[in-house]
Amino acid sequence: MIAFVLRRVLGLAATLAAASLVVFVVLEVLPGDPALVMLGTEAQPQTLALLRAEMGLDQPAPQRYLAWVAGLVRGDLGLSYTYRVPVGELVVQRLAVTLPLTVLAISLSTALAIPLGVFAAARHRRWGDSAIMAFAQMGMAIPNFWLALLLVLVFAVQLGWFSAGGFPGWSDSPGAAFKALVLPAIALALPQAAILARVTRSAVLDMMGEDFVRTARAKGLSRDAALWRHALRNALIPVLTIMGLQFSFLLAGAVIVENVFYLPGLGRLVFQAVSQRDLIVVKNVVLLLAATVVIVNFIVDLLYAAVDPRLRTGR
Amino acid sequence: MASQGLARGRAGLATGIGLVLVLVATSLLSLVWTPYPPADIDIPSRLQGPSLAHWLGTDPFGRDVASMLIVGGRNSLAIALTAVFVGLVLGVGLGAAAAASGGWFSDVIMRLADFTFAFPALLSAILITAVLGPGAINAVLAIGIFNIPVFARVTRGAALQIWGRDYILAARAAGKGGLSITVEHVLPNVAGLLIVQASLQFALAILAEAGLSYLGFGTQPPNPSWGRMLNEAQTFMRAAPLLALFPGFAIAVSVLAFNLLGDGLRDLVDPKLARMR
Repeated sequence: MIAFVLRRVLGLAATLAAASLVVFVVLEVLPGDPALVMLGTEAQPQTLALLRAEMGLDQPAPQRYLAWVAGLVRGDLGLSYTYRVPVGELVVQRLAVTLPLTVLAISLSTALAIPLGVFAAARHRRWGDSAIMAFAQMGMAIPNFWLALLLVLVFAVQLGWFSAGGFPGWSDSPGAAFKALVLPAIALALPQAAILARVTRSAVLDMMGEDFVRTARAKGLSRDAALWRHALRNALIPVLTIMGLQFSFLLAGAVIVENVFYLPGLGRLVFQAVSQRDLIVVKNVVLLLAATVVIVNFIVDLLYAAVDPRLRTGR
Repeated sequence: MASQGLARGRAGLATGIGLVLVLVATSLLSLVWTPYPPADIDIPSRLQGPSLAHWLGTDPFGRDVASMLIVGGRNSLAIALTAVFVGLVLGVGLGAAAAASGGWFSDVIMRLADFTFAFPALLSAILITAVLGPGAINAVLAIGIFNIPVFARVTRGAALQIWGRDYILAARAAGKGGLSITVEHVLPNVAGLLIVQASLQFALAILAEAGLSYLGFGTQPPNPSWGRMLNEAQTFMRAAPLLALFPGFAIAVSVLAFNLLGDGLRDLVDPKLARMR
């Protein structure tokens, strides 16, 4: 197990290094003069010179890259050009929205999808199964930002139960802050739950045909007991894999859904930074989002090596 | 029981094919005819409800919603088609090469594929837009890049199985090289699987394009797009809630069409799966 973890940690480090290199090359090397990209061709030469000095553009690219990575390791992400505050500070503020939002969305989607998937497998080819799978097919087709708009239309505009957008902040009233995340979390969770329910159903069905389930049934266990106690536990491995892969879609979805609800999270930050051409913020936030995806998948890898020892030795 | 699953699969496939044909036909028709020119602004008739003159009503600028929807669909399909094509050509090439060569080359390709998954289409789009500015071509690029590793993985996995077959051994014994075996034996045998994957990726590409254009990173005005129509509708949600319904419905139906098509084709390619359904 230790050798397996070491190998995966090395792989993780290499992937993170490669991701940072790609982000750096795209934003700082390919455009030629990033300061010109940020300020536009109409900019005053003095302003350009000042920004070039601030970004250290007089130094060669490899040196700038190393300085950026060293800063990342120290937690120093530089100064945002538009907000004039350290990017690290901005990121921490915005994480207070994005992190609870994604956690809430994942919890909702799992809580909904796994029971529905198992129920559909238990009612295989009966109307309950058909109904759940039809809903799943529709859930997969609905874009999360449209669902978000529909939720606003019904629960904010028509019924007035929730606000149509904005975020009151955690310190003022935690209850209202949580409430502001409910509709966005539902919009993010439902399409993911549709996919997860389908995966859970087919994984459980796969397991129900396995010998160990048949043995458990032969020993006198009821079909439901065999399903919940034996099939589901083993079916969780593919379910976990898909949840890891879904995480990247969830983060991408958060970027859009935060914009629908005007939530001041990381997604809104990076969107505004792109509109304002604040490459310093874009560079750091995009790397942070990509790194989160990589790290979550790394954790999933470790988790299912813990669940299934065969995976530790295999390729 | 098995035939019931198959029958349901067939019904899904038929629905998928039907919907895709309608989408393609409407898009083609829009090349020669739309009810109104989609960019025509007509302020006096702004925010009208559905009527005989404007089937789906008009938007805040008095533009005909039905015409925008039809042309927006054409743009969406064109972007999805190009993005999937880019991913298919590059991904299949890389995946087939990885399967044929094996060893370190295969490892490098697969690590690169893993790595690309860290950048969902939206993140690539943000990077590209930050440098080049928004536009349809950048959307194609961002979605296409994300499709490459998907096709590379599917191709390599399926091709490796084919490489283990007896007839490949026979072809090798006959003196054929890696390239000609790949072209003559491997690719024709994995083509079915690739068509299925292409259909499912097409659905994802439509979703991604809609998301990008909602954020303003995709198709630019005056060219209509479903995503931007939804964005514009958001401001008028109280006055004209219908504006937020039509484009979203169009996106959902298109995605559903390609998902049903993909699922149905997969059942045909792999009947074992159909029995599970």
